[in-house]
Amino acid sequence: MASSDTITLGVLHPVRLIPAANVNLTIMTATATTAPTSPIASRPDFAAIAAWVQSGSKVLDLGCGDGSLLCYLRDTRNVRGYGVEIDDANVLACLNNGVNVIQGDLESGLSSFESGSFDYVILSQTLQAMKHTEGIVREMLRVSREGIVSFPNFGYWKNRLQVVFGHMPVSETLPYQWFDTPNIHLCTLGDFEAFCHQHGVHILERRVMNGDHQITLAPNLLGMLAFYRFEWLK
Amino acid sequence: MMQDSILANIVTPQCARFDTPLHLKSGAVLDSYELVYETYGELNAARSNAVLVCHALSGNHHVAGSYADNPKNLGWWDNMIGPGKPIDTHKFFVVGVNNLGGCHGSTGPASINAKTGKHYGADFPVVTVEDWVETQVRLADYLGINHFAAVMGGSLGGMQAMRWALDFPERVRHALVIAAAAKLTAQNIAFNDVARQAIITDQDFHGGDYYSHGVVPRRGLRLARMLGHITYLSDDSMAAKFGRELRNGTYAFGFDVEFEIESYLRYQGDKFVDQFDANSYLLMTKALDYFDPAHEHNGDLSAAFRAVTANFLVLSFTSDWRFSPERSRTIIKALLDNELNVSYAEITSSHGHDSFLMEDRHYHQLVRAYMDNIVT
Repeated sequence: MASSDTITLGVLHPVRLIPAANVNLTIMTATATTAPTSPIASRPDFAAIAAWVQSGSKVLDLGCGDGSLLCYLRDTRNVRGYGVEIDDANVLACLNNGVNVIQGDLESGLSSFESGSFDYVILSQTLQAMKHTEGIVREMLRVSREGIVSFPNFGYWKNRLQVVFGHMPVSETLPYQWFDTPNIHLCTLGDFEAFCHQHGVHILERRVMNGDHQITLAPNLLGMLAFYRFEWLK
Repeated sequence: MMQDSILANIVTPQCARFDTPLHLKSGAVLDSYELVYETYGELNAARSNAVLVCHALSGNHHVAGSYADNPKNLGWWDNMIGPGKPIDTHKFFVVGVNNLGGCHGSTGPASINAKTGKHYGADFPVVTVEDWVETQVRLADYLGINHFAAVMGGSLGGMQAMRWALDFPERVRHALVIAAAAKLTAQNIAFNDVARQAIITDQDFHGGDYYSHGVVPRRGLRLARMLGHITYLSDDSMAAKFGRELRNGTYAFGFDVEFEIESYLRYQGDKFVDQFDANSYLLMTKALDYFDPAHEHNGDLSAAFRAVTANFLVLSFTSDWRFSPERSRTIIKALLDNELNVSYAEITSSHGHDSFLMEDRHYHQLVRAYMDNIVT
């Protein structure tokens, strides 16, 4: 049976840890000798999000985990903001990291947050675990003009291959077995874009990554992680 | 080392006298008054490490440590405050104070009014949370503390921490508001009034001047405490602790103590009567009822918080139905609306409102983590 860790929303970031592990060791040692860098400085998924966030802006990070993304954005983009997190251990980690965190359940909405009170709302690798996909996207675009989501691409070729061979995919970005996964709404790039189209969501930018590489060719097949920046269709 | 830690935990209450008249919110004026307080740890050279701990309804200045002549008398928040504890007195200089109107040494209804030479009794003015904060500011001045690194408290103590941040933004950097509310609900005021009625209708109350009659309204204060105690616990914790246990294992078909819960409540009531003054109890419950910072802003708490600059840690407990997590979320909303730094945790606990006084690992880790990040 799934442990309590795997059924709560707050700890759905196993993927966040993987790019760091993938980083070329020689690069890591090289930076370590020149300047002390925190491990999160080598998180390509954080860098992808940060590239879209304007300096000094106000950010809400939904399902913020231990607050590392907010730390990263604070250190690299001078952002102010809050995280929302349900898991006790992660809330404590946020406090230890000096990150503003509001404990709460995303499924019950963002009623503590005023409409239009943020520059960006980020949902990093949590969308696929949300029960109410439409509800959370609507809430994101209520409290902020722009939303940013990232999610593991179910259409990634390694995932497809496993399905072809008769199994639910287990991979770097989808590290769970079918019976213990918190991911209930997995999708491909194509699925997400169709969802946006159907729900009046205008995609401003898309970025597809495989580790620290950006994928431009056949992204729905070769991309492991997808990032979207979006707003309401005007 | 062992001896060192014991010595470090020995405290002595001190008394500060104030002769500048205090204009209370009610319009009444107190010409002079005394506050009893205790301190723990050392005020650093920059005077930047002071933490004020505000007490709740029945608390007092003895927040931590024990007395040399009575080592068993531990402070009411000793599990939270002390050397190496979440509020680490190696780092912070902690101040505990008995609020004005209290009955543990600070001037209150049981004190002698210099003007009349008699106990204040019913003449003691009604005090509010704002009035308390004003007196605490004067105590801070007296102690040479220009600003507090943190002001903290649970329940009514959390209301004082909020009021500090509202009224003296330049003098408080962090507010820790635990199991509190921005105002009491009608249900909460109702409980307070039943408690007050129990006291006031006691034949020994004598309009509040029972001191001169040589009696105390024991029955009333005892009932008030028993009622209060029920509301501080949760249904679940009572069920787990007492259930339907009988003292003698069988029904006696009478009205004496039979169920364990009856025995427990009566014991709590009796114990309280020996430690607390009925008039102070009336005052404390009134201070709770009147607290409502949004009131002066047409009910808009966010507007009330506009002057606030402090960072906040707000904590609530899942089983606390007297100051429920919903009440804390109202505070959070007002802080978020003002773009203040705030963290909020809803702690899973079965102990009801009393949870804020309990030793709980996660709760204490949260407070420790927050305090560790405060620069002194």
